[in-house]
Amino acid sequence: MDLSRDWLNDYTTVTVSDKQFCDGMTMSGSKVEGLTVTGAGIENVVAGKVTFMSPHPDSDHMWVCKVDVGGTHDLTIVTGAQNVSVDDMVPVALDGSKLPGGVEIRSSKLRGVTSEGMLCSLGELGLDTHDYPYAIENGIFIMREPCEPGDDIKKVLGLGDSVVEFEITNNRPDCLSVIGLAREAAATFGAEFRPREPHVKGSGDDIHKYLTVQIDEPELCPRYTARMVKNIKIEPSPAWLRRRLRASGIRPINNIVDITNYVMQEYGQPMHAFDYSCVGGNRIVVRRAAQGESLMTLDGNIRSLTPNMLVIADTEKPIGVAGVMGGGNSEIVDDTHTIVFESANFNGTSIRKTAIALGMRTDASGKFEKGLDPEGTVPAVQRACELVEMLGAGDVIDGTIDVVAAPYVEKTVKLEPDKINALLGTNIDRAFMVRVLEKIGFTVTGDDIHIPSWRGDIEHYSDVAEEVARFYGYDAVESTMIRGKTSQGGWNEKQLFENRLNSLCQAMGFNEILTYSFGSKTAWDKIRLPEDSPLRQALVIQNPLGEDRSVMRTTPMPSMLEVMATNAARRNPAVRLYERAKVFHPLADSPLADEELWLVLGEYGAGADFFQLKGCVEAILKDARMENVAFAAETGEAAFHPGRCARITAGGDTVGLIGQVHPTVCQTYALEPGSFYAQLNVAAMRAHQGPERTFTALPRFPAVSRDIALVCADEVSVAELTDTIAAAGKPYLEDVKLFDVYKGAPIPAGQKSVAFSLTLRAADQTLTEDHAAETMNAILTALKEKNGASIR
Amino acid sequence: MEEKLRQLREASLQAIRDAAALDALDAVRVKYLGKKGELTAMLKQMGGLSAEERPRMGQLANSIREELTAALEEGKKRLGEKALEMRLAAEREDVTIPGTPVTLGRPHPLNRVISEFSEIAIGMGFTIAEGPEVELSSYNFDKLNTAEGHPARDRQDTFYFDDDDQVLLRTQTSPVQIHVMETYPLPIRIIAPGRVYRKDEVDATHSPMFHQIEGLVIDEGITFGDLKGTLNELVHRLYGSDLKTRFRPHHFPFTEPSCEMDVECFKCHGAGCPVCKGEGWVELLGGGMVHPKVLEGCGIDTNKYSGFAFGFGSDRLAMFRFNISDLRLLFENDVRFLEQF
Repeated sequence: MDLSRDWLNDYTTVTVSDKQFCDGMTMSGSKVEGLTVTGAGIENVVAGKVTFMSPHPDSDHMWVCKVDVGGTHDLTIVTGAQNVSVDDMVPVALDGSKLPGGVEIRSSKLRGVTSEGMLCSLGELGLDTHDYPYAIENGIFIMREPCEPGDDIKKVLGLGDSVVEFEITNNRPDCLSVIGLAREAAATFGAEFRPREPHVKGSGDDIHKYLTVQIDEPELCPRYTARMVKNIKIEPSPAWLRRRLRASGIRPINNIVDITNYVMQEYGQPMHAFDYSCVGGNRIVVRRAAQGESLMTLDGNIRSLTPNMLVIADTEKPIGVAGVMGGGNSEIVDDTHTIVFESANFNGTSIRKTAIALGMRTDASGKFEKGLDPEGTVPAVQRACELVEMLGAGDVIDGTIDVVAAPYVEKTVKLEPDKINALLGTNIDRAFMVRVLEKIGFTVTGDDIHIPSWRGDIEHYSDVAEEVARFYGYDAVESTMIRGKTSQGGWNEKQLFENRLNSLCQAMGFNEILTYSFGSKTAWDKIRLPEDSPLRQALVIQNPLGEDRSVMRTTPMPSMLEVMATNAARRNPAVRLYERAKVFHPLADSPLADEELWLVLGEYGAGADFFQLKGCVEAILKDARMENVAFAAETGEAAFHPGRCARITAGGDTVGLIGQVHPTVCQTYALEPGSFYAQLNVAAMRAHQGPERTFTALPRFPAVSRDIALVCADEVSVAELTDTIAAAGKPYLEDVKLFDVYKGAPIPAGQKSVAFSLTLRAADQTLTEDHAAETMNAILTALKEKNGASIR
Repeated sequence: MEEKLRQLREASLQAIRDAAALDALDAVRVKYLGKKGELTAMLKQMGGLSAEERPRMGQLANSIREELTAALEEGKKRLGEKALEMRLAAEREDVTIPGTPVTLGRPHPLNRVISEFSEIAIGMGFTIAEGPEVELSSYNFDKLNTAEGHPARDRQDTFYFDDDDQVLLRTQTSPVQIHVMETYPLPIRIIAPGRVYRKDEVDATHSPMFHQIEGLVIDEGITFGDLKGTLNELVHRLYGSDLKTRFRPHHFPFTEPSCEMDVECFKCHGAGCPVCKGEGWVELLGGGMVHPKVLEGCGIDTNKYSGFAFGFGSDRLAMFRFNISDLRLLFENDVRFLEQF
């Protein structure tokens, strides 16, 4: 909402500076978003009268003019324009003047003649022919405004008005008007608010002889008010009216259209004017559109209508989409003779849905959709007729048609000062509250507050508390601390577990990423997810922003790979990344999702390999006190290298996956083949968390260490060997560490060498050589028998 | 004999003093005290002395030997220290050469801000609540006093999963308020950070997914002044106690009275600049007293209890905090960006 302060002062007198005005309005609830001053950038431009003209001696088209600008002598000014004559009043940019856009004008020589300034066109003043329809686009602005040579052009053209841009909240459509803001401004600055009743003289005749109005849908159109004007003379509006519309961001068109826009801006009530000759059957019917009906709207587009939409129709056809836009078939044209002014009240939701469905949000629909004052239709139509008479635009026919389909019922709310003070934490006296309320149009009788018709948002004492607080000043309410029971803040166990994962990943050098929770079929294809994978069962967004955000992700993998790919494309040589990523699975018995949190790790570049990443995962699992963890070769996950992927389990339940990303997937994402990825299900991790660790006594007796190198078939896994050693080494084996795996000569093909370092220790004595030898023998025998492994 | 011994003493002590290295010192020891050393030789000559001279000379010779031994010991220590000094000097490193790099991972700047805020709130007695992102319309809208027909419910603003617009991606963290009020015992003091979704195309300030932190306090006698006091405290702990704040009226369906809290512009400190559009203030968050309809809808007795709620965009907060100009940077995850925090 753009408000002209000049216009505002028709209804109240607020003289504070623009800065004070903006600050004050913002703090009382009408948030100011910006301020502009019309004609800003114009400096030192005055009205001048051309007193003499002669052709430029050295040019075939330029003129040398003498111009009276109210000084001691006439200025010499050269112009190339051809529309200037002696005695014309023109805008003169003097030496050292400024024009919009930062243009500076200086005296200068034009082909040998010194020009002491410049004659200006409309465009050079930042105006166009909508502002001054009598002027021409290409040429000097020959002014018809009353003025004297030397007058400041801003004064002559009525520039210098401050235009304040407001962001009005949805609950206050009444403030989408000059009058509404004047009421607020008067209350804010302690000024008088001066509403006025429009006065229409009328010209006799009777509207009822011309027109009837019928509302078929009282729910969608509680009220429809109309007046008529005959002997219409379509012409440009006067300068003051055009200026105000321009300041409000509305383009002047002609007197009738301008009047409807002027009233909408001033009263907040959208208006429409129909050409009466186009209202078939002399009847206006407010009804739902019939299936298959269409209408060409004023913007020239043909609109297909549905029965959800309210239309203004005559006896045969729609002539306007209610509250949105009029029809081309009843448009005001130059030879329009008689018009109907429509001033109606429509259901906001219905108008909004229609505007959205038709893809045309207009100034009118933007106001209607917020729910307008049901009592606002009559004053607005009266004001329009008053303006018609003021502008001499036609003869207003006597009488008003005012069909009230659903009468307005006044609301009351109890004034409860104690409750208001308790809610605000204040000690405001009742009299102050009453004063504030009366100032903004409420009336108070006894304990009843009568809510004005334009304040549909007030329903409850808490709403009243806000009105009181706004003018008491939010800043004047003392800041206090909560005086309730002391409460113990903190993270819960689940949150602490997640926080710990976060710290671990960072300690291991992984940078945290954040990705969208959306997924897509394309992403599933990119990670080679099988067609029958349960992960393709996703929650589908009905109105997505594009295919790549069309479902909720069921796997966190594509997000990580995409981020890795972004980094690879930007030539970041190595990355180590992690994410705490939620995925979403449909639930059988609920429309909501199973929202599952995963810890995801991804890396490529120097240092990245399977075992490096596995080491990190193992460290995480160890820190989380996971019990019975196992890594088993996994060949069935198509996103991974089939020989370099492991399923991570705890107590037999899958906790996650780790592996090298499949080369084909890498290629799809334009990732280098050495890309590694792991995912851990956080809930599964917590489910298999062991008990809190307790102290184990430090060993009192020395350990014996033995290294063994084995040769065995290539298929035998290190895990199998380790399990054998662990089982056979009881009770003295304390630790088994792998330190080498080797394939190649002199080891025969199909076999490998595996070396372990074993630590043996007895808890109650120094381990004897015999016990150590016995243990080693048992281990080696078991390895031979179970795994076919022999000492190298 | 005596004279010879005295000369030997002088000469040997001088030689010890002159020895510049351990091997030179050892040569002195051999020369005087070795098996064939000069003092040893003289001791051997004692037998030729008279009976009264022998003990005296013997005593003298022994005291010289002790003196020499002590001097040699002292010299060895001195030279050892000197040798150590020289070795250490030779081992000098250029300590300005950078250390072996240790790469620490960084938290995402957004999560860092959320953690900081959470810790502050915890210090003020808040716990951290969570709620689903796939949510029912009734929680996201109806129970928050946002009835059927409200523009926020339009399909052009909200993502839906069903034809009847009953299941959606939450557009705000406020539905967590409802879950908490329905399930937690009173009094309540929570914050709820989380992801929210609105149908906005991606640009420098918009994203279809972003983050909010919700706050809710319900207790007996909670006032608008408490809301102001609590928010001031949170913001001051986050940004420093000299940051100026202001509260101005606003509108949210589920609070009444409602407010927005502005803070002095981070960039110009109130003078007015492009960041604050010349106002000197930047909007930080919205809040208000929980609407009685909302409380009653959750079965809370409004005659006894009142409360306040607030919410803000944590993405914006992170952008302010780290001077990040473009929201897209947060979701691109370029490591050169991530490593800056």
